[in-house]
Amino acid sequence: MMRTFLALVRRDLALATRVGGAGGLSLVFFLMVVTLIPFGLGPDLNLLSRIGPAILWIAGVLATLIGLDRLFQADEEDGSLDLMRLSPAPFEVVVLAKATAHWLATGLPLAVFAPLFGLLVALEPAALARTALSLLIGTPALTFAGAIGAALAASIRRGGLVIAILVVPLMVPTLIFGVAAGDPTNPASAQALTILAALTLATGAIGCIGAAAALRGGGE
Amino acid sequence: MLTRLANPATFMRVSGYALPVLAVAAALLGAYGLYLAFLASPADYQQGETVRIMYIHVPAAWLSLLFYSIMAVSALGTLVWRHPLADVSQRAAAPIGAAFTLVCLVTGSLWGKPMWGTYWVWDARLTSVLVLFLMYCGILTLWRALDDPGRAARAVAILTLVGAVNIPIVKFSVEWWSTLHQGASVFRVGGPLVDPAMLRPLFAMALAFTCFGTALHLAGMRTEILRRRVRRLTLLQAERLERAAA
Repeated sequence: MMRTFLALVRRDLALATRVGGAGGLSLVFFLMVVTLIPFGLGPDLNLLSRIGPAILWIAGVLATLIGLDRLFQADEEDGSLDLMRLSPAPFEVVVLAKATAHWLATGLPLAVFAPLFGLLVALEPAALARTALSLLIGTPALTFAGAIGAALAASIRRGGLVIAILVVPLMVPTLIFGVAAGDPTNPASAQALTILAALTLATGAIGCIGAAAALRGGGE
Repeated sequence: MLTRLANPATFMRVSGYALPVLAVAAALLGAYGLYLAFLASPADYQQGETVRIMYIHVPAAWLSLLFYSIMAVSALGTLVWRHPLADVSQRAAAPIGAAFTLVCLVTGSLWGKPMWGTYWVWDARLTSVLVLFLMYCGILTLWRALDDPGRAARAVAILTLVGAVNIPIVKFSVEWWSTLHQGASVFRVGGPLVDPAMLRPLFAMALAFTCFGTALHLAGMRTEILRRRVRRLTLLQAERLERAAA
């Protein structure tokens, strides 16, 4: 089971980083959104630094959304998903592996580069560290919630927009606690961080079971 | 009782009797409730006449949740027992629930303007109802996007159940986030805070809404069953024509 998991993660990471993959793409998209918001709001650094954690988190949500439509669809189309269905490992493990690889290719780079992009919106060092930490803990929840939508829409040809409509309501709690945990002036930010971790774990369980159930239904 | 009703033929027969009864009950109760709400109940000492919006707003809010619960139970029926009627029930409930949620949001915002001075605030309850509405939209979207009925039933059932877990989490998180709307004032420990003169029209309207919603749900289910029969018959007809041609 562990071997299946690791093999799948390695395969998906290789697919994401090689030609035609979307690995670096979401990072560039993240940068685009962070750059776009000051153009809309005006160059007021005080305002930007106050809403900085929110900008980074919303950019994170949008960046997670863009790669999602291919998460299961590519494998559904070329038949690899049918082979994974036949594998002796539980299908939930397959989903977990694919979601983990997706997070390693999109969520983790966002969290790692968040301190750098935070400088663009004039975040204080304390806020930079907290926002990066909250993104590191919270973005897996976004990916797992997204995996449910991706699994439900795997057989829809133009599923990207449908996925966004399905999963954004599921991401609302993560966004609330993520932004709260990133704001060092918030007295309850430590509390928010623990709730964020709880959300990641709960979404992980629900996401893997739900997505696996949806994909099993798709193969019938 | 329920197992017997779960047979589509029995369901069609029983619902055929129940539907007109429920529709008439909804009309009578609605007329009585509206009479109480507009003529026979006092204006609020603070809110004046605008308090009468409550008699539409609150029942709509209750029903928006009731219909999501109906959908969640039906989703279990689809996933666990694979019962076709459960899918029909869920399919009929979704647009009705979405409509009641929209009515709740619109009347609430019309009530908010004179009371809070604004049509919309990002308060906990308003936000969680808005998210509920978005989830209804997602469910309706997914249905339209999947063309195979069996697959759509399963996918929507999974989404509904995930949403049922999500609703309390959203409610909890937005309450943590911001609160302006008044707390529960009818179903609470220590009895209702609302005056009996206002409770009576409220309950009459709630009952009328429930009868109305149930009647719509039954009508929707009957239509859906008939639509599936037509689809099956059309497919059979096409097969027969193909065989005759060959």
